[in-house]
Amino acid sequence: MTPVLPSSQQWVEKYRPKQVKDVAHQEEVVRVLTNTLETTNCPHMLFYGPPGTGKTTTALAIAHQLYGPGLYKSRVLELNASDDRGINVVRTKIKNFAAVAVGTAHQGGYPCPPYKIIILDEADSMTEDAQASVLVLRNALRRTMETYSKVTRFFFICNYISRIIEPLASRCAKFRFKPLTEEIMTSRILYICNEEGLNLDSEALSTLSSISQGDLRRAITYLQGAARLFGSSITSKDLISVSGVIPDDVVQALFIACRSGDFDMADKEVKNVIAEGYPASQMLNHLYDVVVESDDIPDDQKARICKKFGEADKCLADGADEYLQLLDVASNITRALDNMPQEFPFGS
Amino acid sequence: MLWVDKYRPKTLDKVLVHEDIAQNLKKLVTEQDCPHLLFYGPSGSGKKTLIMALLRQIFGPGADKVKVENKAWRVDAGSRAIDVELTTVSSTHHVELNPSDAGFQDRYVVQEIIKEMAKNRPIDVKGRKGFKVLVLNEVDKLSREAQHSLRRTMEKYSASCRLILCCNSSSKVSEAIRSRCLNMRINAPTEGEIMKVLEFIGKKESLQLPPGFADRIAHQSNRSLRRAILLFETCRVQQYPFTSNQAIPPMDWEEYVSEIASSIFKEQSPKRLFEVRGKLYELLVNCIPPEIILKRLLYELLKKLDSELKHEISHWAAYYEHRLRLGQKAIFHLEAFVAKFMSIYKGFLIETFG
Repeated sequence: MTPVLPSSQQWVEKYRPKQVKDVAHQEEVVRVLTNTLETTNCPHMLFYGPPGTGKTTTALAIAHQLYGPGLYKSRVLELNASDDRGINVVRTKIKNFAAVAVGTAHQGGYPCPPYKIIILDEADSMTEDAQASVLVLRNALRRTMETYSKVTRFFFICNYISRIIEPLASRCAKFRFKPLTEEIMTSRILYICNEEGLNLDSEALSTLSSISQGDLRRAITYLQGAARLFGSSITSKDLISVSGVIPDDVVQALFIACRSGDFDMADKEVKNVIAEGYPASQMLNHLYDVVVESDDIPDDQKARICKKFGEADKCLADGADEYLQLLDVASNITRALDNMPQEFPFGS
Repeated sequence: MLWVDKYRPKTLDKVLVHEDIAQNLKKLVTEQDCPHLLFYGPSGSGKKTLIMALLRQIFGPGADKVKVENKAWRVDAGSRAIDVELTTVSSTHHVELNPSDAGFQDRYVVQEIIKEMAKNRPIDVKGRKGFKVLVLNEVDKLSREAQHSLRRTMEKYSASCRLILCCNSSSKVSEAIRSRCLNMRINAPTEGEIMKVLEFIGKKESLQLPPGFADRIAHQSNRSLRRAILLFETCRVQQYPFTSNQAIPPMDWEEYVSEIASSIFKEQSPKRLFEVRGKLYELLVNCIPPEIILKRLLYELLKKLDSELKHEISHWAAYYEHRLRLGQKAIFHLEAFVAKFMSIYKGFLIETFG
């Protein structure tokens, strides 16, 4: 008995904008690219910004609109961070791809400009050497292969522009993708709810936009997860349980225990958090919000606590034990709030 | 058969704890729309039990017939070929493995096995294509590269295989993977739920449980159901009929750690440190993970400590545990922690009592 594979698709893919003009909230890049569609004139591009703001979507959409389904395969090369991307791979793949000549045939009303597009997704996770080799390659392509392909256009996509080497960045038109505002998120989500026949009350809607923090992909993934588990009417509690966000009362309980100044109470609360399976790194994020936003903690105490958050986060990233780190953070919050001295009395 | 295995719920309907999660899972697969799943939660909370029950729900009894294999792959990685060997547990419908066992070559394992599974897709009687399930354990221990490559492979081959990922802490799983899975948080069962299970087993085995007995076992188990059942069975072997004040034997290594703790409290000197080192070695050669020793030691020390010292000691425990992860040789860090404790405690004693 083998179950049939569901034909259902990830909603993130299903509702990915197919055309550049449908990309929400990124006016500059949309304007430039619409222009490109008319004149077929296109510089190298560098898209950067937080996840879920439409960078890959935009790059894919422009490629599709330029070449149409017929030519897309032969004209566009997508390289992803997860594909093996050492220097050698980058060199050979791009070279082989660019070496094939482009025809001038126009197909079905698409502009089909006489260049190829190479999309390098997650370019910031490439090594500096690999980035440099792309650069060298680009120049080499221009010199040696002009007869075949006029030029090749690169689209670099990354989260952090600071990780792109300067000579590469300076050769591109750079576009920053802004995090989506709440109105745009809600309108998009409402549209999907309509299409999928979901029922979302206003509370759930605002929860969804707050837990996804301007990341539309995350919002849609949560929505789909919740819809799969809980059916067509979704409450804000369902969304929280799907997203793995820690509920407010758990965070508050830990913070209150720290406030009480009693080590054992804090210890008990920390044990509880770990037993409930909440990830410690997320707990740190929430505690950070609570501490920074609270009005009755003086600034020096806040600073002291935040310093500890930083240290603990680094330790967690190194793979340290969650219970011990969280306990240390809790004990530090307690001591900071009680104005106990920063130095330990006995450890020299 | 151990009770832990004997009373492991076989189907999603028979699950005693996490009933709501089990029902949700059932709904999920009966709608024939199974996304990738990520189970996370502390050990002994029932992740594997739920996964096995889920597989049985999808594939029927075929999922039970597993064979253990030692598979070897030859992976072509650019200029050289890499040999990887790994133990897998598989049935006709699913493969289960522990990719982090392959160390730094884990990424090749992940890519290769998924590709291989995608190639021989099962076809059912009506000629429709089905999917296989790949269960990956300890994904939190996968290297960053492996998680990166997993993410791509997940998308590429999602038509032919479904992934079920299982880990203790979701914070070490990259955001990209988490956002592609349906996250299932499996919390540790509460003491009340553990008691319920113990009473259920007691009834099935037709045992007389004195009042408060299940309560005490549940309390001592630290909210780990597996441990509670093991303890229960140990008690049964030791003495039956149960008496209400029957001692519940602690694990022997825990007893050993508590001995270490009390010997540290008695004397703080280089000579004692040397003795403690021997005992720590003893624990390590018996395959008790160093971070668990450290945590247990902290627990024992905190029990007897003055409250003003607790902050300090817990800080150093966190500090040395972090060092332990980064370092190579566990005993150094364990011993450093003990030495630190001795110095602090001695200073405290001199301060208070002169």
